[in-house]
Amino acid sequence: MLLIEDLQVELAGKTILKHIDLEIKPGETHALFGPNGSGKTSLLMTIMGYPQYKVTGGKIIFKGVDITHSPINERASLGIGMSYQRPPTIHGLKTRQMVEICAAKREVSVEGLARRVNFQDFLERDVNAGFSGGEIKRSELLQLMAQNPDFMLFDEPESGVDMENIALVGNTIAKLLQKDCESTDQKSRLQMKRERTKMGLIITHTGYILDYVAVDKGQVLYNGVLSCSTNPREILRCIGEVGYEECVRCTIDNL
Amino acid sequence: MYDRQPLINKAATALDKKAPIGPDIDLGQFEQTPVPHEHLDDAGLLKLPEEEKQQLLMAGVDVSERERGGTFFQKDTEVVHCKSKQEGIEVIPIREALEKHDWIKDYYWKLASVDADKYTAASEMNLHNGYVIRALPGAKSIYPIQACLYLDKQGLQQNVHNIIIAEEDSELHIITGCSTSPHATKGIHVGISEFYIKKNAKLSFTMIHNWAEDMVVRPRSVAQVEEGGLFLNNYVCMKPVRSLQMYPTTHLVGENAVARMYSIIVGSPDSEYDVGGRVYLKKKGNRAEVVARTITNGGRIISRGHLIGEVADIKAHLECKGLILKGGLVYAVPELEGHVDGVEMSHEAAVGKIAQEEINYLMSRGLSEDEATSTIVRGFLSVDIPGLPPQLKAEIDKAIELSEKDVM
Ligand SMILES: Nc1ncnc2c1ncn2[C@@H]1O[C@H](COP(=O)(O)OP(=O)(O)OP(=O)(O)O)[C@@H](O)[C@H]1O
Ligand SMILES: [Mg+2]
Repeated sequence: MLLIEDLQVELAGKTILKHIDLEIKPGETHALFGPNGSGKTSLLMTIMGYPQYKVTGGKIIFKGVDITHSPINERASLGIGMSYQRPPTIHGLKTRQMVEICAAKREVSVEGLARRVNFQDFLERDVNAGFSGGEIKRSELLQLMAQNPDFMLFDEPESGVDMENIALVGNTIAKLLQKDCESTDQKSRLQMKRERTKMGLIITHTGYILDYVAVDKGQVLYNGVLSCSTNPREILRCIGEVGYEECVRCTIDNL
Repeated sequence: MYDRQPLINKAATALDKKAPIGPDIDLGQFEQTPVPHEHLDDAGLLKLPEEEKQQLLMAGVDVSERERGGTFFQKDTEVVHCKSKQEGIEVIPIREALEKHDWIKDYYWKLASVDADKYTAASEMNLHNGYVIRALPGAKSIYPIQACLYLDKQGLQQNVHNIIIAEEDSELHIITGCSTSPHATKGIHVGISEFYIKKNAKLSFTMIHNWAEDMVVRPRSVAQVEEGGLFLNNYVCMKPVRSLQMYPTTHLVGENAVARMYSIIVGSPDSEYDVGGRVYLKKKGNRAEVVARTITNGGRIISRGHLIGEVADIKAHLECKGLILKGGLVYAVPELEGHVDGVEMSHEAAVGKIAQEEINYLMSRGLSEDEATSTIVRGFLSVDIPGLPPQLKAEIDKAIELSEKDVM
């Protein structure tokens, strides 16, 4: 479980996140909406542990451990992973090696995983070097598949992805989050839902991802403040109809 | 017997001539008298002390000769092992070549000048030995020839002269390691190398240096590439050295001749490296690429590159990238000289530190900060060298890996 309490964050001397409260229970996935520059990426980077995002108040608890000030790799080994919006290029490091790094000591078939996101032809290229927008998304998902974290942060996983690949990306995220509810002979859907443990937080502008991943809750970040509603589709419709500002007002009124 | 007297006379005039770049070295402090060593047969090579084998291995020289087409091994002033296992490829100590082969006169000091500076002069005045490696017309190297120049005696000045000839349509691969024995810390290596790549021949020359803290190294090399020839010159130095200065020069003298130079240097504290590559592009269709990757951990590294385009329809690129990890200096000096319309020359130089963003990215994939740093450094040093046989690529990777502990 992820629990964020009254979190306040500064970036370059400016407060960018204010009084954030957020709870994501095992098996739950939340969608995060908000206008450009509202602080969505900042929230994800803060949860991942990027030191330039300075926590000036509140705390982040994951699996019962206070990780508010833990280094990034400790969070990764506790089971937090991220699919980035704009990851850096590492020259001389092949994508294949990067996937192996993600797998750490687990036995994985790099080829097999790559096939699932149609990325076999990129394994010998330097990670992110000259990757197109859509290719970056698939590369990030490939790394997460190898890493297999318990809590996954997705920063706009579907933006820049073409119509054909969107299903691939959506279904891959669903699988990562155990949201692909193919009931088998042995297990009922209900049983699968109960056994689901993976958690997710997905930033999306368009909401296309909702067609593939059963998202439990939607959140709107506006001016560094988080407001919450239960139904992500409703939020999306509201934003579409009256815009972020009005939408946030109405959810606040509902509280 | 080749009469060297005129050369020796000429050398005598340059005995005090300082080199235009690099710290001046007082050669008086070193011993030059020959040091006798026993000749080693194949079994003898295998019986070398473990420590010594390890030193050689770090410079890419494998005494088991697995996947090697031949071996030249000079210890101090003495050639202790010399053979080729492949027909069409000759490996001969240069003194023997000077005595027995008339053709040597067409190559000896024909590219490098004996009176260039005090080091070229000293090597001729007091030549110890060196190798001649020659691929006969059409011969193709299956495995690389390994050559090793080893310093065992403390305080020695080792004077060597090497000649490498790839005859027409031949393909020759050489890995050459320079190393010191574990107890020798001080000495100077003066090495003249002349490379002849003839029409449509291909030569790859991979040099790995494994020196010691107090060693001074003054290689002097010049290469000439004829029509359609390819010269691939790789240099790796990951170990401390007091002072290393070299500026190998390549002349592309035939149409469509190509030169590519790659150097990888890791500078240790108290070490000074002044290394570069210079290529003259003289005929149409010439191509040159000079690529340097340098990292300093407190050493001083001057990374030079100089491309001279003399005719139209040539293409050349220079790339110097430096990382400063724990202090030190990286001084990149790229020079481009285009003499006519229609040359296409470029350079790219960057000196900096490892991007924190890259470290963080890797840490979010589970690596510790140190692991992330070394992964990035390894990536930085791993340059793709097109045309290099996989075993030699593996040797370069091994040299990098073996010294990784020192780098971090
Ligand atoms: N290094 C920095 N220095 C100062 N301000 C910064 C810096 N990096 C980001 N910001 C600002 O912080 C704010 C929040 O940025 P963030 O990337 O979290 O927004 P976002 O909600 O993810 O937006 P988008 O939808 O465009 O991705 C923005 O106003 C941004 O310009
Ligand atoms: Mg963002």
